[in-house]
This record gives sequence, structure tokens and C-alpha cells, in this order.
Amino acid sequence: MTQIAPKKLPIEADSHEELLSWRRYFSFSTDHKVIGIQYIVTAFFFYLVAGIFAMIMRGELITPEPDLVDRTVYNALFTMHGTIMLFGWMFPVLAGFANYLVPIMIGARDMAFPRLNAVAFWMVPVFGIMFILSFLVPGGPAQAGWWSYPPVSVQNPTGQWLNGEFIWLLAVTISGVSSIMGAVNIVTTILRMRCPGMSWFKMPVFVWTVLAAQIIQLFGLPALTAGAVMLLCDLSFGTTFFDPSQGGNPVLFQHFFWFYSHPAVYVMILPVFGIFSEVFPVYARKPLFGYKVVAVSSLIITGLSAVVWVHHMFASGTPGWMRMLFMFSTMLISVPTGIKVFAWVGTIWGGKIRLDTPMLFALGGLINFVFSGITGIMLSSVPIDIHVNNTYFVVGHFHYVIYGAIVFGLYGGIYHWFPKMTGKMYYEGLGKLHFWLTFIGTTLNFLPMHPLGLMGMPRRVASYDPEFAFWNVLASIGAFLLGMSTVPFLINMVSSWIAGKKAGDNPWRAIGLEWLLSSPPDVENFEELPIVIAEPYGYGKSEPLTENMG
Amino acid sequence: MTSIDRALDQEQLEQSKQATAQENEHDEAGNSMFGFVIFLLSESVIFLSFFAGFIVYKTTTSDWLPPGVEGLEVREPAINTVILVSSSFVIYIAERYLHDKNLWGFRFFWLLTMAMGSYFLYGQAVEWQSLKFGFSSGVFGGTFYLLTGFHGLHVFTGILLQGIMLIRSFLSDNYENGQFGVEATSLFWHFVDVIWIILFVLIYVWQ
Repeated sequence: MTQIAPKKLPIEADSHEELLSWRRYFSFSTDHKVIGIQYIVTAFFFYLVAGIFAMIMRGELITPEPDLVDRTVYNALFTMHGTIMLFGWMFPVLAGFANYLVPIMIGARDMAFPRLNAVAFWMVPVFGIMFILSFLVPGGPAQAGWWSYPPVSVQNPTGQWLNGEFIWLLAVTISGVSSIMGAVNIVTTILRMRCPGMSWFKMPVFVWTVLAAQIIQLFGLPALTAGAVMLLCDLSFGTTFFDPSQGGNPVLFQHFFWFYSHPAVYVMILPVFGIFSEVFPVYARKPLFGYKVVAVSSLIITGLSAVVWVHHMFASGTPGWMRMLFMFSTMLISVPTGIKVFAWVGTIWGGKIRLDTPMLFALGGLINFVFSGITGIMLSSVPIDIHVNNTYFVVGHFHYVIYGAIVFGLYGGIYHWFPKMTGKMYYEGLGKLHFWLTFIGTTLNFLPMHPLGLMGMPRRVASYDPEFAFWNVLASIGAFLLGMSTVPFLINMVSSWIAGKKAGDNPWRAIGLEWLLSSPPDVENFEELPIVIAEPYGYGKSEPLTENMG
Repeated sequence: MTSIDRALDQEQLEQSKQATAQENEHDEAGNSMFGFVIFLLSESVIFLSFFAGFIVYKTTTSDWLPPGVEGLEVREPAINTVILVSSSFVIYIAERYLHDKNLWGFRFFWLLTMAMGSYFLYGQAVEWQSLKFGFSSGVFGGTFYLLTGFHGLHVFTGILLQGIMLIRSFLSDNYENGQFGVEATSLFWHFVDVIWIILFVLIYVWQ
């Protein structure tokens, strides 16, 4: 493994003290564990920024009148909230989890391309800061929503070449390049760097789900890039690809956009399914129910994800036969996801359940996911979709998926692997407080959006009819609660990382290659490559996982 | 155990160590090639998206050609196509020479490939100059310049990569342990070639 010996870097230090030095997190490190934490922490910063945008919006919506911010500022806020949450928080934080966990879960010393890995990470702060700085250009940042549909997105009211939309397109493209680099790296690592004995059906489900998600990045992202390039040409170089008055076709952009951006939801949630599958067996002390089926269903989701995108366009003049086709394929997605849900319930069923913070977040995430799955089936049905199109029902649905299921899973994952990443144990009381604030906040914030949508309140408005006021006040209180919930989390993470008690190598008595390593693992992870002899999740079986590692 | 046995054991151990080292070395080159193939597959989706867009525009737009434009001249681009496609065979010959450790044969045919690629770009520049429509002449002009331009950018990148590999061939010891860079550049060149054939059929043949 000559490739992973970065001679210039401090991680070559042999003493344990220096291994823990915080400086390496600010360096161009090629250690996948450092990069993983760099990703997660950077992404969390952007999560806070976009969260502040959300709270300004909820502050605006606590009264029916547009009294807090200007309407154009409101447009900019919801655009950048969605954009930064997805490109600045979701994709990077998941790349961070994949980076940290995949090599130690498959018994590799590092990723396949460590330098490419570092380059991909350092693009994240670049495009993230571009998004934020676009508030400073004349005319403000992009205001066409995170989907950036033409003709709204190509208006360019200031007439300057350097406008918010231009920066948005550039930053999204850089984010795409970074994600493709990450995807090439992760897929190559999983397919070619597994340790001896690590056959397909000995891989933890998290690795399966990351593979399934990254394959989506590889075939989906280029379509968005193509659409973004054409939109940039329309915006800045006078072409008319999406201008119907000049023979262009604005719906084509929607196809390019959703061909990636619907599967992107699976890019985000698949690894969280993986986290659920890792967490439930540990805290229920039982093997994962139906391991092989859960693993393979991830790849089935990947396949189906490529043929559902038009369900975002039922109201875009889509012909009837196409609507039926995509309604059917969309409903099919509930089969592999339903399999997973039943497998998790089967895992918990009759287990010796420990309600530690990771388990609480996983259970909360599972409940929210089932709820969002039900509204998802409702939305896939054409008549309902057309009725609630562009209302708060849709907003409520996808926030239940993205916040209720994905962010819960991520929090659960952070708590679960925090002792492994830092060698310290977090404070359980603060963790539980964080969970309950988050769960109550999520319910208060996003549940009222469903009745609002059914009543007909449109999304992306700064003012509304006073009859909607009651539910909006509830939602706003929930949003502020969610904002507050990050305070105990941050206090917990920072203080226990600095001064928490030592966690030991395997505080959860979990089974998995990563738990056989020291906490935190050494630079090259494994002194000697493990030889895996057992399936994962062997709880209650008392068989060794490897031949040579205890 | 006799001393001879021990010596033999030692030798076997050394051999197996060397074998593992070689395997690792091989694995890294293998990883790079594997990753590069994945990247090319992903890159091809951008072209597929552009092609799909082109087909949608071509089949649904009522006034496809901008006013005053009759269509595209096929003769010059056809010659260009023949040159680019042949260069794929030339680069293969160059690779064979490198495989046989004949560096001068490699350099000659490698340089010939670069020349053919450059001629292709030159031919395209000449064609662009003679055209009566621009990038903003409706979706016809837009898709034409987008597709040929994006492809041209790939040809240019290919020539740059070839230049780097050519320079590397003059630095000693570069092609002793495998030649991932050369193989990848060559694969990239074939990729650019196949894309051009599809593009040529779509834009020039299907009028």
C-alpha cells in the first residue's frame, strides 16, 4: 500500500498523541478517516446555515402578512435553503459516512484513490461558500427554487453576467464533479478493495446501500450536469434551449433535472437504510432479519429509481399514458422499501432492546419513514398528486423523508460511531434530550404541513390567507424547537470529544470489523488484513467474525 | 530441518513476499483502470442526455432550420470522421509497440494519432467559420454547437493527455511497471471516437 503513505502529512506521526491532533483536520490529508470527519463537520456547518434560513422563513410565516423579509429575499431564502441543505449538507455528510466507514467495514487500509478523495472533499467548502457569497452579488442569489426551472431561472433581472443564478449553476456543477469523484472512488473501493473472505454476502448492509447509492450518482448526476450546462448557455450565452418562443422546450429541463434529482433522494436515503440496518441489530441484540433480502433490495431500489422521475411532472403537460406508467413504477418502489421496513421490525421484534440515543434516533427515523412512505404512495397516485401539486402537502411529505427519516438516521449514525471516531463517549442524557427535542420539533414542524396542503396552501409564498394561520403557527414553533435541538447536540459533541470519558474499542458490544479496531483506528486501520469467515450481525451466535482478529 | 531446507524455505518466503508486492502494484493499476472505466461510463451519460435532447428537439420543433440555412455540408465532416476513426487504429498500433517495448515505434504512432486529432480539430474550426448560423440561432444552432463543441473539448483533452504521455515516454523508467496512463488515454480516445460516430450520424446523416 505505497499509495496511502502521504509523506508530507502529520498523520505519519507515530505517537498516539499526535494522531489525535486537531491540526490534521485542517490539512490536505489523504486518510479516509480524517476526510470522513472533515466531510461530516463541514457539512454540519452548512446544515446550520441552511437551518437558519429555514427559521427566518418560518419566522416570516408565523403571521399571514409578509412582514419580516422582502418577498425577493424570501424567494432567495427558500432557494438557498433547499440548495444548501441538499448539496452542502446531505451529499457531503453521506460522503463523510461512506468515507469513514466503508474501508473499515470491508477490511481495507484506505480508499482506492486517497488523493482524489481529498480533492473531492476540498471542493465542498468551495461550492458551499459560493452559495453563501451569492447573497452579495447585485440582485441577490438564485431565486428560482432549488429545482431552478426555466423560464423563471433565466430571467436575470439585473442583466449582469455575474448573477445569483450563474453562481448557483457553477456551484452545482462543482458539487457534481466532487460527487462523481467520490462515486468513482467509493464504487472502486467496494468492488476491488475487500479483504480476504469478504464476499458479497459477508458485507454489512451499510456497504451495500452505499454501493447502491453511489451507482445512482454515476448514472444520474451527468444528466443534471447536461441540463445545467444548457441552462447556463440559455442564461449567459443567448441560446434558446428552454425558451418556447424560440422553439425551445422548458419541460426538457424538468426531465434532465428530475432524472437525477428524484434518484438523488435514494442517494440520500439508501445509506440511512444502511445505518438503520447497522443500528437495530446492535441495540436489539439480534441478527438482522432477512439480511440477504435487505441487501439485494438496495440494488433493486437503484434500478427502479431510474424509471420514476416523471412523477414530479404529472402537472407539466405529461401525456396520460406516461402518467400511468410512472404512477405504476413509483408505486413499485414501495415493495423493496417495504421489505426493509418489515425486516427492521422483524429485527426489533422480541429483541433485548436497549434505548440508547442511537437506537432512539433509529426508531424515531423508522416511524417517520413509514409515515412519509404512506404520504408518498398517496402522492404517486395521479389524481391526488394533481390535487395537492405545489402545496404544503408535498413540502410536508419530503421533509418527513429528508428530515424525519434521513436526518434522524444521520444523528443516530453519528451517536453510534462517535465512540469509534473519537475514542470518547458522548453524554447519554444530553443525547436523549437532543432526541426528544428533535422528535417533538419534527412532528410539530412538518405534520401541520399536511393539513395545510390539503386545505390548498401553496408552497413558496411569503404571505397567505389568515385561515391557514393556526397550522402555520404550530409549524413555526416546531421549526424553532428544531433549531434549539442542535444546541444540546453541539454541546454534547464538542465537550465529550474534548473531555469525555474513554469509550473503549467496542462500547456497544457490536459485531463488525470496525469494532475490532482501536478507537480511533490507526492510520492504516488494520495491522494485518482480516480474513472474514462469518456473515455480519452474528448476535447470539458466539462465532468469531474473522480468523485472525479475535 | 537441514540448513538447505531452511534456505529453501527462506527463498520461498521471499518469493511469496515479492509476489504479494507485485500483486499490490498490479492491483493499484487495476484500480485506476477500473475507476477510469466507471468514470467514462458516467461521462457517457452527459452525451446521452445531449443526444436525447437533440432527438426531442429535432422531432418536435416546427421550424428546425434557421432562416437562410439549407442544411449542413456533409463532405468535409465525412473526411474528418474518417481521419478521427482511423486514428483509433493508429493509437492501437502505438500501444502494441509500447507493449513490445519498442519506444520509438510507440512515439511515432502516438505522435501520428496526435496529428490526426489535431487535424480533426482544425477541420472542425474551418467548418465552424464557414457556417451561416451561430450558437444562438434557435435550438438548431444551439444543439449543433453544443454537441460538436462539447465533443471537441473532449478531443482537445485527449490530445493534451497524449502530449503528457509522450513527454513521459522520454523520462526514464516511466513505462517499466505497466503503463496505466497510456492505456487510459487510449481508451479515452476510443470513447471520443465512438461518441463522434453517433454524433455524426445524428447531426449530419439524419437531416
